[in-house]
Amino acid sequence: MRCLNCHEIILHQVTWSNLFSPPSDAIICESCFTQLERISMPQCSICARPMARGKICKDCERWERDESWRGILEKNVAVFNYNEAMKNIVARWKYRGDYILIEMFKYEIQEVFQLHFSQQDLLLVPIPLSQERMSERGFNQALAIAALIKAPVREVLTRIHGEKQSKKSRKERVNTENPFQLLEQVSKPVLLVDDLYTTGTTLRHAAKLLKEGGAPAVYSFTLVRSG
Amino acid sequence: MNKKFSCFQELFSYDYSWIPSTLEKATPPPDPLHDHLSAFMTGKLLLRNEIPLDDESFQQMESSDLLATIPAIEKHPWGYKCRRCGNRKGHLFASLPDGAVYCRNCIMMGRISEKEHLYAYRLDVQWPKHIGACQWNGVLTTAQQHASNQILSAIDKGSLRLLVWAVCGAGKTEMLFPGLNLAFAQGKRVCLATPRADVVQELLPRFRSAFPHVEIQALHGASNDKSGSAQFIIATTHQLLRFGRAFDVMVIDEIDAFPFHKDKSLPYAADRAARKTAALIYLTATPRPKHEREIARKRLPVVFVPRRFHGHPLPVPQFITAFDFRKTLKHRELSPKILHWLRKRVKADRQLLIFVPTIEDAVIVTEILADSIPSITSVHASDPERSQKIQFFRNKSYEALVTTTILERGVTFPSVDVLVFDSGHQVFDQAALIQIAGRAGRSPDDPDGEVIFFHQGKTEAMVKAVETIRKMNKLGRRV
Repeated sequence: MRCLNCHEIILHQVTWSNLFSPPSDAIICESCFTQLERISMPQCSICARPMARGKICKDCERWERDESWRGILEKNVAVFNYNEAMKNIVARWKYRGDYILIEMFKYEIQEVFQLHFSQQDLLLVPIPLSQERMSERGFNQALAIAALIKAPVREVLTRIHGEKQSKKSRKERVNTENPFQLLEQVSKPVLLVDDLYTTGTTLRHAAKLLKEGGAPAVYSFTLVRSG
Repeated sequence: MNKKFSCFQELFSYDYSWIPSTLEKATPPPDPLHDHLSAFMTGKLLLRNEIPLDDESFQQMESSDLLATIPAIEKHPWGYKCRRCGNRKGHLFASLPDGAVYCRNCIMMGRISEKEHLYAYRLDVQWPKHIGACQWNGVLTTAQQHASNQILSAIDKGSLRLLVWAVCGAGKTEMLFPGLNLAFAQGKRVCLATPRADVVQELLPRFRSAFPHVEIQALHGASNDKSGSAQFIIATTHQLLRFGRAFDVMVIDEIDAFPFHKDKSLPYAADRAARKTAALIYLTATPRPKHEREIARKRLPVVFVPRRFHGHPLPVPQFITAFDFRKTLKHRELSPKILHWLRKRVKADRQLLIFVPTIEDAVIVTEILADSIPSITSVHASDPERSQKIQFFRNKSYEALVTTTILERGVTFPSVDVLVFDSGHQVFDQAALIQIAGRAGRSPDDPDGEVIFFHQGKTEAMVKAVETIRKMNKLGRRV
């Protein structure tokens, strides 16, 4: 077996305890695994940003103060911190288009989902890509994440116009028009899925539409919490 | 019968028959930018988004058979093969949601999948003929002259390979000048490929001043102009992944060096970048066993340059045992053997170049020595100030430099003593040790620096390295 990330052969340490059990099917090697940083526990109760103290981070406070955005997004859950190693992997996965790399986060994604949402009957809605970006990239990164979770997925959103989010400032992002369109009504609570939570604008735009379209509550799940 | 085994043949040999031949006669598209575009596109294998044309003129060009469309991934009974990088390893292919297989090996150059194509331009470009392009007027030594004549005739004849086995400090660059002079007079396209970007940057000004009228471009990961449209290209071997059947003369410097001999896609790309009729010149001081075998079987013509340009023999490494090196290092001390040698140095005004196996060792050794040698520093591959520190060491701002194997080749310091700590470590293979020993005595003013291997038991690599150096010195005396 080769490490999905660094392509080195994964060597299994044989000890007395695993001598007779079949080798674990590790996808990435030990050293790549240790570079990934799980989000540590004291965190903002809305957006999952790691914080020293307090309940809600400043960004979320700003969102909640605003009449039109209050309570739109119940809660975001993220798996990893956006450290250097993660930045490189996400860049290779998303921008270079190495689709298979998402597999290396499979267990962590499933584990975190189980931990937070296993009790609820949720509908997974991946954040869509614009037509252009989709044909350029060949896959939707949000759908790739959603596909790893054992829950029903429905693509009820489309994106009208696409300009790269990562090139805008926070102010620009918050004040942009809603780039999404809702294709059908939903009745179940929704779990939005995306790769990054940076300012939360994209997710809140999508959540607002879903709420207007009948969803009783909207949560979100992202691979990474950045910013 | 033959058909049955053809898939095995495909597996074991490089096959570039998919690169289209150049057109004999073609009507070039009426475009003012045409010459510029031709020079950029000829001899390359490009993705659609690397071709600076709008959709309309692109389609026009495609339909005019000027542009050949090549599927990027081959499917074989034994698996897939990426035509761009030659990758055949199953674990370096994956598929997209729509089932299209893509290559993960060369993904940093832009992803190619089964559904995408490489584009090859089929119009031949006439490169200018420069008569007497070489403005260098130094004199070659007898040994250099001999090798230089061989290179010249190889370039003139074409369709052959030549390995130039020249000791460290033989003056390889100068030996190329007469041959390249001829190549440019014949209007040939030339590429000099080297494994390291530092070397590309060092070579560019030297060739620019030797061939001031020839258009020369340097291509490496960080270069600004990556168009690769010049007649003479100096590039890192990675950059060759974009070329196919481009060069009439292909010089590969340090053919034994990492990553060239480790990364299989680089020899693949280098072979492909050369035309069928090209002369391939390999330069090395330490051939790998693969090439030595070919030499022994007389399949690869070779020319030796056993003498340094200043005529002095290579310094022969001395072995000093320091069995307590690791043990003392744990206590943040150096072995008494090393300290003793440092105190008793013959020529204490030389700078010290110290090689250690790992980055951690480099840091510790620097800390320890900082007490006795105040101006000391360390460099390693991931050091951001690496090139600056090397420059300072060259200017003698530092008395000593502790380094990992990154400085084993390609760098020249005029007057140094070279020490290798724990020379039995596996990172120091035979080639590395010969290269390291070759850092000493580079200048004619101080041609015999000392080379000391502090070891914890001799290894085969150490013994073989000294044997090879002695052999070369013996050959050198005969010349």
